[in-house]
Amino acid sequence: MELTLPSDFAKSKLIALQDYSVLAGRAVRGLFEKPLYFGDMVQQADLIGFGSLPIVVLTGFFTGAVLTLNSANSLERFGSLSLLGQLVAVGMVRELGPVLTGLMVAGRNASGMASELGSMVVTEQIDAMRALGTDPMKKLITPRVAATVFMLFFLSIISDLLGLVGGSAVASLLLGLDYHQYWASAYQILKFQDVFMGLLKPVIFGFIIATIGCYYGISARGGTQGVGRATTQAVVAASVIILLVDFFVTKLLMAMFGYS
Amino acid sequence: MTAPPAAIAAPAIDATAAQSPIIVFDEVSICFDWKPVLDRVSFHLKRGESKAIFGTAGSGKSTILKLALGLIKPDRGRIYVMGEEVTRMSEDELFHLRSKIGMVFQESALFDSLSVRENVAYRLDQEGKLSEERIDRKVREALSFVELEHAIDLFPSELSGGMKRRVAIARAIITEPEVILYDSPTGGLDPVTSTTIVELIIKQRDVYKTSSLLVTHRLQDAFVMASHYFDKTTNHMRALPPGMRCEVPMNFLILRDGIAIFDGDVHELSATTDLYIRKYIS
Repeated sequence: MELTLPSDFAKSKLIALQDYSVLAGRAVRGLFEKPLYFGDMVQQADLIGFGSLPIVVLTGFFTGAVLTLNSANSLERFGSLSLLGQLVAVGMVRELGPVLTGLMVAGRNASGMASELGSMVVTEQIDAMRALGTDPMKKLITPRVAATVFMLFFLSIISDLLGLVGGSAVASLLLGLDYHQYWASAYQILKFQDVFMGLLKPVIFGFIIATIGCYYGISARGGTQGVGRATTQAVVAASVIILLVDFFVTKLLMAMFGYS
Repeated sequence: MTAPPAAIAAPAIDATAAQSPIIVFDEVSICFDWKPVLDRVSFHLKRGESKAIFGTAGSGKSTILKLALGLIKPDRGRIYVMGEEVTRMSEDELFHLRSKIGMVFQESALFDSLSVRENVAYRLDQEGKLSEERIDRKVREALSFVELEHAIDLFPSELSGGMKRRVAIARAIITEPEVILYDSPTGGLDPVTSTTIVELIIKQRDVYKTSSLLVTHRLQDAFVMASHYFDKTTNHMRALPPGMRCEVPMNFLILRDGIAIFDGDVHELSATTDLYIRKYIS
């Protein structure tokens, strides 16, 4: 294995960051410039949104269910089992719904985007597109970014709801709690700030997933091996950045909303 | 033997236009990963002329085509295409210029999720200036030119290597470009299919008077182009009678380690005393 000088390593990372920033900027700019490939956006929304629905439904339901099981055990020790609905609602809406949906969609779609665009790069289809007078940024990247942001927002809402349903099922069927009480406490605890936090995160995560998936795809080099490498890197980078950004966004929003 | 078509002896374009270069490379250099790929390469392609670019693998042949199309920018030097300086143009300005240039990529570069019809019609669909019926007619004309009308509803994965190249040629010619760039159009094909592709290139040159840059490592393809004309009456290429080879607007550019070491016609190539070139063409 060839050793790289620290300065060269830092330079390559800075160049990658610059390239990523340019791609992300052009993807957003593409939304406000003609031509706008609305048909491609709808197609991507179908692939990303409806295609991811089964895994999001399953993830949301079982996350809520297992959160209820674990929380019930702890709450019972303090005689606070009636707070179960509140705990699941806050946990799902503020944190687990958006993050787990983001991770699931990253695993499924960042890899898909990286492999699809990477294959187009190594078979010169991207160059052919430019040669035929089409801007690949507007035709390929902007629709993917717009569709992912839009659909992840709704997928997170579905995931939150299914998480609460999963929690409710476990609470009433396994723990013998009254499901009216569960839903009432879940509804009462949620404030505007919680819902805002839960709905802002998928917008940010959607942007991260699509831009990183597209960045690794469009930067793929080295034939099919390079495409495989780009696919893996896209999923790893998107997942790690989602978790990092989640921490900072949560911290920022909690400070903004005056959470202690 | 049928006489060569009048088109070769008397081109449709006027003499002044024929002499003005359609592509000019002026001292163009480019490096990849700090390795020089092209080093102060200069040449020009006249209107109606075909120029075959030779060189060993990695000598920068395909890079020349990508530079001419503005897909990549040189580190130094200037490139003019149809009088416009490609090296100074933005991507948006280049999209307009590229509509006058056809490109046939090395591995065809067909969009694998689109059918043959959609691939060939791609540029016209994107421009959105023509009606569906008009586009369909033009697609059929282009596919008929490459004798692939029957494959209109197939997908690239259902085509052979030769058929893909022919579809790529149809896609390149549908907008009737002034210049076509061919990147190893016969690479990896069997001799029979290669001859079919070369015949199509000759047909495009002689029937439509299109200028072309042809990257190849197959010397015989370029010699066939220099020694044949397209006979419209038989719809096949035919060998030119001896002494008429200079009538074909065909030139050769040879690269060695990123440096242009030869730029001239078939007679100059035959007469060269450069040992590397003699070895290369022998």
